[in-house]
Amino acid sequence: MSELVPVAPVPPSDHGAFGVHGSGDTSGFGGLVRTGGPLLATERPLPDAFEQLYSTVERVFPQLGEAVERVVVDRGELTIHVKRQFIRQVCQVLRDDPGLRFEMCSSVGGVDYLADPTGRRLHCVYHLQSMTHRRRVRLEVSVPVEDPHIPSVVSVYPTADYQERETWDMFGIIFDNHPALTRILMPDDWEGHPQRKDYPLGGVPVEYKGAQIPPPEERRRYG
Amino acid sequence: MSDNAYGGLGPAGFTDSTEGPIYTVTGGDWEDVLGALGAEERITLNMGPQHPSTHGVLRMVLELEGETVKRVRPVVGYLHTGIEKNCEYRTWVQGTTFVTRMDYLSPLFNETAYCLAVEKLLGITEQVPERATVIRVIMMELCRISSHCVAFATNALEVGALSMMLYGFRERELVLDIFELVTGLRMNHAYVRPGGVAQDLPPGAIGEIVEFCEIMPKRLQEYEDLLLGNPIWQKRNQGVGYLDAAGCIALGVTGPMMRATGLPWDVRKIEPYCGYETYDFDIPTSLDSDCWGRFGVRLDEVRESVKIIQQAVDRLEPGPVMVADKKIAWPSQLALGADGMGNSLDHIRTIMGTSMEALIHHFKLVTEGFKVPPGQVYVPVESPRGELGYHVISAGGTHPYRVHVRDPSFINIGSIPALCEGGLVADVIAAVASVDPVMGGCDR
Repeated sequence: MSELVPVAPVPPSDHGAFGVHGSGDTSGFGGLVRTGGPLLATERPLPDAFEQLYSTVERVFPQLGEAVERVVVDRGELTIHVKRQFIRQVCQVLRDDPGLRFEMCSSVGGVDYLADPTGRRLHCVYHLQSMTHRRRVRLEVSVPVEDPHIPSVVSVYPTADYQERETWDMFGIIFDNHPALTRILMPDDWEGHPQRKDYPLGGVPVEYKGAQIPPPEERRRYG
Repeated sequence: MSDNAYGGLGPAGFTDSTEGPIYTVTGGDWEDVLGALGAEERITLNMGPQHPSTHGVLRMVLELEGETVKRVRPVVGYLHTGIEKNCEYRTWVQGTTFVTRMDYLSPLFNETAYCLAVEKLLGITEQVPERATVIRVIMMELCRISSHCVAFATNALEVGALSMMLYGFRERELVLDIFELVTGLRMNHAYVRPGGVAQDLPPGAIGEIVEFCEIMPKRLQEYEDLLLGNPIWQKRNQGVGYLDAAGCIALGVTGPMMRATGLPWDVRKIEPYCGYETYDFDIPTSLDSDCWGRFGVRLDEVRESVKIIQQAVDRLEPGPVMVADKKIAWPSQLALGADGMGNSLDHIRTIMGTSMEALIHHFKLVTEGFKVPPGQVYVPVESPRGELGYHVISAGGTHPYRVHVRDPSFINIGSIPALCEGGLVADVIAAVASVDPVMGGCDR
């Protein structure tokens, strides 16, 4: 059984709303800065059936060594970190090869690792399900916030349409060649991407009976 | 070409401009107008977001040619409340009070899936007491019945069978009474907690559940007698909203919609959780792939849920309902007071008066919460609408780093164009009803 080993330094720890270090913020509003954990990787051979799955992918997709950054097996789940230019090809191979047959894309979602040691803080996470072989795999792509482009996988998994729109809406990841990448949960004219870690919770001024109520952090404080 | 002032034929004419032809309609018969323009009669119709037949605040933009639907574009987001973001600012235990509000017809599935994910991150899945797991199964299956009752009720209401609406809500009320007895609330329970459940079943709950399991199959028979032989019901549902297995897989559609295509796909059987592999139940399917098939699958699923509940009740053994680890389990002890459920005064007296350490521990655990080792997990459960997946990430702190929910309503709404385009406008209502979307879950 191989162990998880760190491949990059541990990012600094978090601090709470009132400047409290190393403690959880229970205030509920803004200010809570959280960072991700260290970058981990699992060394080959991977534990259990994952080695067999991964070597199958390697066999049918010879560029895999170039396409994959690292592989993590944690809590019985396999995560393959894929470079963004290969994500569509990897999905195509995983879907179509008879030995893999990941027919269904269960979920696509974003994560903002604000302090990602590689500088690529926006991650897009794909959960694929093989209905034939009854197993799951997670693909993860990371991009820098200045250049948040990832090829769309809608042509491989039509179900990714809405979920990529949600990821664009919430994180500002641009899915190239998506058929209609528009906001889906927030209003069309909304500014910003609310689930980014630097977007505050409740940080929006509210109009009430003609008066502008400032966001909670900017209201008058007592004591 | 032109025989009027606007340079066109008959009542409709056009003048050329640098931005293309400008059409002018001066009156006359609509057919002649369209004929003269060589145009198709295509109407864009907005439906919702406040429409009695769209299950809450779903909006659809329909393009119609006569009665035929040429294009449908669902518009969602009207119920977006930022629950996923809010979870990042609360402790792991508080998360359960947020996620229960997502899909408000299946709150216990949200809670259980979230708690299973937190337990997997903590590595305590094996330590959750057997009694807590069995209670979770009972509550989830009751919840599936109540959710399907609403599906029957609204589905029938939308195609005009008003009495079924009353019966569906009548049976749902029976389940909600049990929920109120067990959890204290009819909805938004926050009953399932990381490590177990909030409290044990109260006296009398088992009796109520057993009684309900005897009533429900009879009521299902009534539903079938009322609807299935009705020619109007048949014509509104049979062959309407067709989507086959390949379409479901491509669009990610799961749950009763997928099982109505003949594919017995159910997370309870495929990747069992909460000990579902030890219960004896079947996966109902249908080969119809239409609204009729989906309704039938839901009816049969209620029967299977009753079977599961009866088996689970027989398995209930006395024991704890929360993990033994005092660093995770809240020390609070609830008691029934004159003004309702609350903290046990005896317990408060003990910790306040005799043990400073116990008080500090209690305070820290409730306000700050416990820490969860870093990592990410994806936990799917079979909700009444399909695969409900929780992708939960911890950065090692007392709050979730990210909670992403793969809500089946959100995904299944994506199949509405495939169900409706090319059909009749009246069938849009039946098709959307058969999807059974819950907008609270869809928009989160």
